[in-house]
Amino acid sequence: MTKALLDVRGLVKNFGALRAADGIDFDVQEGETLAVIGPNGAGKTTLISQLAGNVRPDTGEIFFAGENITALSAPKRARRGLARSFQITSIYPEFTALQNVALAVQAHAGHSFRFWRNAMTDPALTAPGRRVLEEVGLGARTDIVAANLAHGEQRQLEVAMALATRPRLLLLDEPMAGMGAEESQRMIAFLATLKRRQTIILVEHDMDAVFKLADRIAVLVYGRMIATGTSAEIRANPEVRAAYLGED
Amino acid sequence: MRRRALLWGAAIVLLAALPPFALALGQAFYIDLVRRIMIFALAAISLNLILGYGGMVSFGHAAYLGVGAYAVGILAFYGIDNGWLQWALAIGASALVALAIGAVSIRTSGIYFIMITLAFTQMLYYLGISLAVYGGDDGMRLKIRSQFSGLVDLGDSVQFYYVVLALTLLATLLIHRIVNSRFGMVLRASKSNESRSRAIGFSPYAYRLAAFVIAGAMCGLAGALLANHTNYLTPDFMHWTRSGEIMFMVILGGMASIAGPLLGAFALLLVEDALSAWTQHWQVFLGPLLVLSVLFFKRGLAGVFAHKHD
Repeated sequence: MTKALLDVRGLVKNFGALRAADGIDFDVQEGETLAVIGPNGAGKTTLISQLAGNVRPDTGEIFFAGENITALSAPKRARRGLARSFQITSIYPEFTALQNVALAVQAHAGHSFRFWRNAMTDPALTAPGRRVLEEVGLGARTDIVAANLAHGEQRQLEVAMALATRPRLLLLDEPMAGMGAEESQRMIAFLATLKRRQTIILVEHDMDAVFKLADRIAVLVYGRMIATGTSAEIRANPEVRAAYLGED
Repeated sequence: MRRRALLWGAAIVLLAALPPFALALGQAFYIDLVRRIMIFALAAISLNLILGYGGMVSFGHAAYLGVGAYAVGILAFYGIDNGWLQWALAIGASALVALAIGAVSIRTSGIYFIMITLAFTQMLYYLGISLAVYGGDDGMRLKIRSQFSGLVDLGDSVQFYYVVLALTLLATLLIHRIVNSRFGMVLRASKSNESRSRAIGFSPYAYRLAAFVIAGAMCGLAGALLANHTNYLTPDFMHWTRSGEIMFMVILGGMASIAGPLLGAFALLLVEDALSAWTQHWQVFLGPLLVLSVLFFKRGLAGVFAHKHD
């Protein structure tokens, strides 16, 4: 048995009569980028939320780096190295871009019961923060209040905050949502630079991005993972074509 | 930045210069008035930490005013008038009460948080009324003000004034440091977007509880000062209208601003003083004034002094 970074077994989640996860099994290897695709309402965001700890599965287990994390809260999972970005931008609107990422750094720099020293003049927080902003292309916008950033920039900040926690597994929920074509291309190019050094689960609608970035693709339809494989395998899979790709 | 430093400098000089001027003009009354205002400002400053920066709408902050006052009063009742001891007990007991109230109420949010903090404070209010030994609902007189080994004499109106001024400024500085520290950043971030805070790895509960305890302890000190100021203490210190008054000072002055609670306390209590000297029905006039001020100053009085964006 290979040592997977993430191992998901028999995940079931019902919202009333709606089955958002219907016995999902999969794993993610260290360094791999796994894309999760599927039609609207397939349960992609619910899956990310269950991995990040925002939603508890009804049954099933999640192992992260060999540890059963199924019962752990979201903050505890985050401290173990699971970071998520949200499909609907979730940042601190009244803080500057730098404050946003510095907070993400701070969350992983021991406890925060430090009452006196100004956090924003502490290079232990701001230096890694600036580095991450530079990386995602916000290097010139560090002191702009997040609410005043353009939509595309806020999406970049969203990803920057997840990255600033230096996660072992990055969960990206439609990072290109609402972006223009040019911004999307830049984000895709950036995510491509993370490949290999960062393990990623990517939920995305844009098939170009998926085929460019993913090592493996998992197809989710009505809470069931109907296929996983390389992009060639997925493209050739008749069930996938019927359910999802074959509409053209 | 320089503008703000200038304004603070001017305010401190004005407050420090008040007693000699008031005495020279034969208006010693103003020393007492401003001292009282600053004691309430201290209470408002402490509430601002959890209300303004932490987003915790505590409708029971007067509880700690009462606990602090009773700590002084009860020790004095048994003949212990050592101020160090009295004030240490006021701060310690308030912190403990805040820890208990906070531990329960911070698990809730929104309207439930407001109601739970209010309920706890009303419990303490009725506890005060039921304590017949300490005067029940009549309260009791403080026969002698807190004694500080001859270092300062609170019986001297001017000395007491400067003690209150120093403590209020110290509290302002302390809150300023706290809200910009790592601790303060977590507190403010969790007010801004709790789910984001949890997603990057913060568990807000412990930080909120710590802020709640700090605020309670600081307000307990204000209670100890208030008991000395009035030479009297009653359960009314803990009445819910008192909590509302302190909350109003914070909102009027400007939530989550350092100068806000000070400005709010001065504005509210000065207007109250002027109106009550003018007419017996001053509350009829105060109400609309408050409504107008909240409508007009969206970011509180502090927003008037601030630039467009902070």
